[in-house]
Amino acid sequence: MTTLPNTGAAAPATSGVLLVLAHPALERSRANRALAKAAKGLSGVTFRDLYETYPDFAIDIETEQAALVAHDVIALQFPLYWYSTPALLKEWLDLVWLHGFAYGPGGEALQGKRLFVACTTGAGAKAYHAHGYNRFTMDEFLRPLEQTAHLCGMVWETPFVVHGAAVKDDAALKAEAERYRARIGSLLPAETEV
Amino acid sequence: MDSFLIQTVFYLGAAVISVPIAKRLGLGSVLGYLIAGVLIGPHALSLVGAEGDVMKFAEFGVVILLFLIGLEVQPSTLWEMRRTIFGFGGAQVVVTALAVAGVAVVLGLPWQTALAVGLVLAMSSTAIVLQTLDEKGLRQGPVGRAAFGVLLLQDLAVIPLFALLPLLATVAPTTAGEAGGHGASLMTHLPIWAQIASVFAAVAAVVGGGRYLVRPLFRFIAESRLREIFTAAALLIVVGVASLMQMVGLSPALGAFLAGVVLAESEFRRELETDIEPFRGLLLGLFFITVGAGVDLPLIAHKPLTLLGLVLGLMTLKFLVMLGLARLFGAPMRGAAAVATALAQGGEFAFVLLTFTVGAGVIGAPLAALLTAAVAVSMALTPLAMMLYERIAAALDAAVPDVTPDTGAFDEGEPDIIIAGFGRFGQITGRLLTANGFRSTVLDSDIEQIDLLRRFGRRVHYGDATRMDLLRAAGIERARMLIVALDDREKTVELVETARKAFPDLVILARAWDRRHAYDLLANGADAVERETFESALSLGTTALQKLGFRAHRAHRAASFFRRHDRRSFEELRPMWGQEEAYILASRDAAKTMERLLAADLSRLRPGDAGGAWDTASLEQELRERAEKEGAE
Repeated sequence: MTTLPNTGAAAPATSGVLLVLAHPALERSRANRALAKAAKGLSGVTFRDLYETYPDFAIDIETEQAALVAHDVIALQFPLYWYSTPALLKEWLDLVWLHGFAYGPGGEALQGKRLFVACTTGAGAKAYHAHGYNRFTMDEFLRPLEQTAHLCGMVWETPFVVHGAAVKDDAALKAEAERYRARIGSLLPAETEV
Repeated sequence: MDSFLIQTVFYLGAAVISVPIAKRLGLGSVLGYLIAGVLIGPHALSLVGAEGDVMKFAEFGVVILLFLIGLEVQPSTLWEMRRTIFGFGGAQVVVTALAVAGVAVVLGLPWQTALAVGLVLAMSSTAIVLQTLDEKGLRQGPVGRAAFGVLLLQDLAVIPLFALLPLLATVAPTTAGEAGGHGASLMTHLPIWAQIASVFAAVAAVVGGGRYLVRPLFRFIAESRLREIFTAAALLIVVGVASLMQMVGLSPALGAFLAGVVLAESEFRRELETDIEPFRGLLLGLFFITVGAGVDLPLIAHKPLTLLGLVLGLMTLKFLVMLGLARLFGAPMRGAAAVATALAQGGEFAFVLLTFTVGAGVIGAPLAALLTAAVAVSMALTPLAMMLYERIAAALDAAVPDVTPDTGAFDEGEPDIIIAGFGRFGQITGRLLTANGFRSTVLDSDIEQIDLLRRFGRRVHYGDATRMDLLRAAGIERARMLIVALDDREKTVELVETARKAFPDLVILARAWDRRHAYDLLANGADAVERETFESALSLGTTALQKLGFRAHRAHRAASFFRRHDRRSFEELRPMWGQEEAYILASRDAAKTMERLLAADLSRLRPGDAGGAWDTASLEQELRERAEKEGAE
């Protein structure tokens, strides 16, 4: 029963995008639902809903590591909480991206793969500036993940950010979802691109 | 000896054949025994005679029954029941006797005879009522307690009746005081004060003996470690008390009940229960068979209409009186109807009392024969009457789903979920769902449970959830989900199977007894199952790990890991379900995996554990080397 639901198209070995979604209350997030829905339809994308799969945080390390190994692009989609990832995504990094697997001596499983972060924020774009009330840019807030990619020998892709996600109307969200779909499509190998 | 053995064969044979059939047909065991009795009785197959000996032996079943009930009743409970016993019970005997007597007078009997008939027929059958209520799961709780209170008072009332009935004689007594059974005590020749004194002495002996003698005796026997002697001692107590009571003119059943109450607080209570229980079942069965055998078929065939009128009249009258009184004493309609239905028959005391009254010249022999037949038939009809009551209750629920006006806000509109079975398991699931705003309809066959739920405005139907008509009435056609939480393995499978066939799209979740039951349920169409003890056992295990020194999170992780492994092996073994050998082999293999995992747990090298994360040893090593290198530079 803990076998992971693989709702996306089955990806061939070592190819495609592993889209890891972490949102503890997806039912309340219009933006993340819209984004996930847009990306899920792409062939070559393996969709992984962390909070749905591990509601009790009991992450299955082997399964997760196998999924990482099997994909070229690791995409993390999440809402920015306290300038960081939701707790389960952090737990997932702690438990799965292990010393000897992802980094350190013998830890070469992720070498050469690409790390792509898609993030939604509550505040508008203006807040993420030296003069905005959040005082730092998104690039600065995402530095820990960027360094994680670096330490693991991964390529850091330019993050995809949706600001003011909660206040966007349906049309705006739809446009963002389209943009997201195109962006993920561009990460896929040419032959599976839509 | 031969004839004894052969008789035993007939009695046991009849029981073994007819009771399971009756049960299968949903008629209950009591009716099964009664039918068996009628069949082998002197008026049908005539395999056994209407032996008084067997009857007396069998009546001992009632004595044991009352002893066992006494064991469940703490003295304080008995005290709390005083209003039920004396108020409700007393009112039942008086009002019923007067009502029956009134009808008898109207039918042309002299008032003395009419009153005697009324008093005799006011009695109900302890054995039939309690056994039937037990089978319906009603004996514990208000309905059972009310019925029991009445029955207890009737037992008490028998004593003065033996004194009073001769006073109603209309012809010269033929054999007064010699009518066997309860009246014929050794004390009848004593002056009245001596009789009363002996009664008190006997009760004091039972209470005192139970308090101060039985415990040391049992402790002594227990040390001998001879199981059968313990059983013998238990039987000795019951038989001894019963004979003592009979000697002073009290009902043996009443005495046994008293002894039970006295021993209810002793540490040997459970053992007494288990030891005596089989005797109760067998002897009660025998008792029901003899009642069945006693049904006078020729008389019934001779005067069918008179008897039919008598039986229906008697049961209706008793039902109405009881219903009225129960309502008066504050019982809810449904509970009152249940008690009234249960107590509407004549009782075994009537047989004894009728014989006695004939001897005392109060009631004529032909009338007594007619009444005996009527009482026997009414006893036989009681299980049927209870079934009828259940059907009507269920039909009422079906016709008017929201009977109670105080139906709360939750239950407006169609239910999302039907929960079959609202016991220990269903309650928790149901409460969780309701707390989260889902509307549920509950099906349960426990009346008290239902009353309680209704008071909280829940939509509840009474009845056997395996019945499709009831499920439909509960709204299963529009529900999204059926949760089967019955505590009966077979019924759970049966319900899942029939519901799946009737509603292919319905989500069905079921409570499983164990792994095999779980596979069985899945094979029969359940969408998901939960082994009823799995999560709680795991939870207790987690607590144990903590108490053994694990930090809480480590214990929690260990349990999570265990759960995942177990569920995985559950899925892996599923295809083999049905192939016995493969299953056993594979599950042995799974056990080995578990063993390996457990061993790995100990060595902390388990790959699946999160031990690899958080301050990893290998990382520490690397950092140390790096620090050394930096220091060297």
